[in-house]
Amino acid sequence: MNVVTNNKWIGQRTIRPDGMDKVTGRAQFAADTTMPGMIWGKILRSPHPHARIKSIDTSKAEKLPGVKAVVTSKDIVDFPIEKGAVMLGIQDMRWMCRNVMARDKALFPGHPIAAVAATTEAIAAEACNLIEVDYDVLPWAIEIDDALKPDAAILHEFNKFDGKPSNIVGRLEHKKGDIAEGFKQADIVIERTFTTRPVHQGYIEPHACLISVAADGKTTIWSSSQGQFMVRAMTSMLTGIRQSDIRAIPAEIGGGFGGKTIVYLEPVATLLAKKSGRPVKMVMTREEVMRATGPTSGSKSTVKIGATKDGKIVAAHGTFYLQAGAFPGSPIRGAAGCSFAPYDIPNLLSEGFDVCSNRSKVAAYRAPGAPIGAYAVECVMDEVAEALKMDPLDFRLKNAAKQGTKAAHGPVFPRIGYIETVEAAKASPHYAAPLGDGNGKLRGRGVASGFWFNAGGESSAQVNITEDGNVVVTTGHPDIGGSRAGIANICAELLGIDYRRVSVIIGDTQTVGFSNLTGGSRVLFASSMVVTQSTEKIIQTLRERAAKIWEIDPEAVKWENGAAHPVSPNAGQFEPLTLEQLAEKAPAMGGPIGAGVQLNTQGADGGFGTHVCDVEVDVDLGIARVIRYTAVQDVGRAIHPGYVEGQLQGGVAQGIGWALNEEYIYTKEGKVDNPGFLDYRMPVCSDLPMIDCIMVEIPNPKHPQGVKGVGEVPLVPVMAAVANAIYNALGKRFYALPMSPPKVLEKLDEPLREAAE
Amino acid sequence: MTELRYLAPDTLDEAIGAFAAAGSAARILAGGTDLLVQMRSGVLKPGVIVDIKKIPEMTAIEETADGGFRIGAAVSGMALAEHKTFGKVWPGVLEAINLIGSKQVQGRASAGGNLCNGSPAGDSVPAMVAAGAVVTVQGPNGRREMKVEDVPAGPGRTNLKPGEILVSFSLPPRPPGSSNAYLRMIPRTEMDIAVVGCGVSLTMNDGIVTAARVGLGAVAPTVLLVEDAAKALIGSKLDDAALARAASACSAACRPIDDKRGTIAYRTKVAGVLLKRTAAIAAKRAQGN
Ligand SMILES: Cc1cc2nc3c(=O)[nH]c(=O)nc-3n(C[C@H](O)[C@H](O)[C@H](O)COP(=O)(O)OP(=O)(O)OC[C@H]3O[C@@H](n4cnc5c(N)ncnc54)[C@H](O)[C@@H]3O)c2cc1C
Repeated sequence: MNVVTNNKWIGQRTIRPDGMDKVTGRAQFAADTTMPGMIWGKILRSPHPHARIKSIDTSKAEKLPGVKAVVTSKDIVDFPIEKGAVMLGIQDMRWMCRNVMARDKALFPGHPIAAVAATTEAIAAEACNLIEVDYDVLPWAIEIDDALKPDAAILHEFNKFDGKPSNIVGRLEHKKGDIAEGFKQADIVIERTFTTRPVHQGYIEPHACLISVAADGKTTIWSSSQGQFMVRAMTSMLTGIRQSDIRAIPAEIGGGFGGKTIVYLEPVATLLAKKSGRPVKMVMTREEVMRATGPTSGSKSTVKIGATKDGKIVAAHGTFYLQAGAFPGSPIRGAAGCSFAPYDIPNLLSEGFDVCSNRSKVAAYRAPGAPIGAYAVECVMDEVAEALKMDPLDFRLKNAAKQGTKAAHGPVFPRIGYIETVEAAKASPHYAAPLGDGNGKLRGRGVASGFWFNAGGESSAQVNITEDGNVVVTTGHPDIGGSRAGIANICAELLGIDYRRVSVIIGDTQTVGFSNLTGGSRVLFASSMVVTQSTEKIIQTLRERAAKIWEIDPEAVKWENGAAHPVSPNAGQFEPLTLEQLAEKAPAMGGPIGAGVQLNTQGADGGFGTHVCDVEVDVDLGIARVIRYTAVQDVGRAIHPGYVEGQLQGGVAQGIGWALNEEYIYTKEGKVDNPGFLDYRMPVCSDLPMIDCIMVEIPNPKHPQGVKGVGEVPLVPVMAAVANAIYNALGKRFYALPMSPPKVLEKLDEPLREAAE
Repeated sequence: MTELRYLAPDTLDEAIGAFAAAGSAARILAGGTDLLVQMRSGVLKPGVIVDIKKIPEMTAIEETADGGFRIGAAVSGMALAEHKTFGKVWPGVLEAINLIGSKQVQGRASAGGNLCNGSPAGDSVPAMVAAGAVVTVQGPNGRREMKVEDVPAGPGRTNLKPGEILVSFSLPPRPPGSSNAYLRMIPRTEMDIAVVGCGVSLTMNDGIVTAARVGLGAVAPTVLLVEDAAKALIGSKLDDAALARAASACSAACRPIDDKRGTIAYRTKVAGVLLKRTAAIAAKRAQGN
């Protein structure tokens, strides 16, 4: 391992800059903002899973005293379907404009139909009830199998697949070699079909915004999102206000996990504010969050893997059907592209199908699609290893992708750390420890691996030296996983000063250059590149200033420990000039000191992880609990290890919830039956053991600090690791998530029932 | 917009007067951990709220001369946990009440609210039923007593008459060799709602059960007193056969529904499993008494 140890701040668990505000309750989230004259917006939502909207009559609502504005889809800029895609990042604005407000059809229960702004929330809600909507209720389909039936209700009639109207709205494939030939060489072939339920990102902070549109059109948005520039661009496109007139101010964010990479409220609130002339605040209820904001897809996957007797995988085929919800765009790229990536498989076909159905449009969720694909692949890997009588980690090592392996999704891998994660898992105290006695409960252990692409992209930063010789760094990405702390470590390291002298803030859209949204595990990778280059420019300026004062050549000045020094006694005998001294002299020496850099960053390397999970199953109640867990990951370089571990642990916690209890449950009428945290069961603290982390550091050579994205990989292997552990405990395999108590007990009772017959 | 009036009388008579006068628009407020949640979600919109926590009798815990207990309807779980002797005599009732919610919820939530909220899944109710608790209620027409199991009428409904307020729970004195226990099945480890809850109260003499009561929650529209399960236990040494009979009686008593929280098959089986486990804990405790 290549751990750099001689740094002062990089690699240190420095105190997080947002910590104090968050534990004392001072942090300003989106719903904490108010303005004089502010009024409240509320959304009327479709009660039907699928209905044509024949007419909307808002006249009664408009007459209700206290109502200041009403908005329908007529007020939202239309992106006509027949004119083709208008992309903003990965979002097609044709679907976004229909998702924020239904146009001709309501496509899921909770789909916005109209919105009202009134002096109180209660009046706004009452006004929503006065809006008369004439619906032509249509047949609907939610589950993938239902949406694919020949006579299924079709959500988007214009869409054709194989020449017929279809709910399959997209397909992609990754191919390598010839699978038919490959399977012929196999001694063992195992094929299984798996299903997973939709699961929500489960951020604690509901979507919220406050928006003011002044009489001259200047618009200010305070909202919680994973990208203030995304908020600005989408709001601009959906309202027609130009971007230079929209200032989107990022609030502290109470969780996003991908779910806040699109807008729901901002365009609507902007139009309400514009129409009413009053600042408009909107805050979703938890129920609205659960019904109308993106969970990730439910899925149906079939995976077939063939291997020779000596443990070499010769062929694999995966088909992944993912629910997109109301509009095209499920994360098939992650499912089809990531799930086989840890392995060097000569003959591979990985296919993804994007399936529309009458539930809310999916939004990104931590390594979108990859956990769904990995669940299927890694469970079959476990079965193949078992059939070969091989240790599951040895089986993975034997087939591991490494530098030079051509991945089916395109790249030839550079130096990657997958093998190191498997080796570290094998060598871990956890893998060596006996399972122990469950005191009547059955115990088992499982392993699984995972991959995520990671990303680079646009970032901007401005680094300024204050007049008193301290540092303010402004970046353009909402901090959802510790980027401020990481940036402070890096900037302090480069300048050779205490990290507490570096204050990192997130700029709004009008004060910092364009920065792509916080997603894809890109932020620390990209923003540390622009901050590094900005800081290096500043150091150059500081050297030049010292050289001028000393009247020597700038090349004869070095920057060390927060001060300029002559490179050697030959260069001259001068007392060092500190950052404070140079800042004080700045007005006379050429003016303020600062630098900004804007880049479309390149060179992000993918991330790999391997997990080990122990479970204990109460066989009389069907309850499976995770009792020990170790997450191993190639993290490139842990700039702030505490935060990196936090990312690993958070991903694992979410995966355990996905594996054991989380799911969208629907009523017979096609509505979500568990739109709250009581019946949508995310894990609570006491459900989880302490999650151990092993950080493998294989630095990314294309990055100044060796950074690789770390936030998404840790969710990818979890469900398979848990499922494989449950198999190991019970001797029975589960092919569907969640493995909740009634389902576990049903499976355990199966042979008893057979015996009785 | 409707106005909300909040009253916090010092005496029971005042409370009953105000409560009865306001009719169906009024709600009693104990800890508020159900009521306020229902108001915020829009399920309930009361016009008058009568807070009973200022009435001394409602928050008192009294050990009666005969060794029984009288617990005010609005006593919080935390206050009950801090009482010197209650938890020693009625560990199963205390553990049931203390399972409700979290530390924060415990500071407010009461057994009275748990019972009057009328949820078939309320945790303290099966334990109170097993304990043989009797409640005192008072209304415009005076005081009366009811068995705990007679209070719930169905999900969200009670058999209290209009204007009646639950005043206290009375738990009987305990003969030597008695104890009790409560277990619930939840998918998580806390902050959850019972899929099945089971309370067992036992008296044992020389290893033989001489008295037993069994309460089951979340398996029917109301919490059940399962007399057949008690009968199967009485006279036995809690041997496997007796436990199996009692477990079958519990499963047979279930009239559950298939819903998002559990299936009929699951609840029916788990009722029996919990009976065995709860009885074992109660018996172990009883042997020490
Ligand atoms: C986060 C959270 C977790 C929870 N977890 C659990 C749990 O694990 N198990 C569980 O069983 N419950 C749980 N609950 C529900 C609730 O906490 C319990 O039911 C609690 O016992 C209610 O007591 P309270 O004093 O707060 O009742 P309140 O909310 O004050 O009252 C509940 C109802 O009873 C009526 N009422 C109250 N007192 C009287 C009286 N003396 N006479 C007549 N009517 C009365 C009220 O008008 C209201 O309708 C939870 C609630 C929350 C918010």
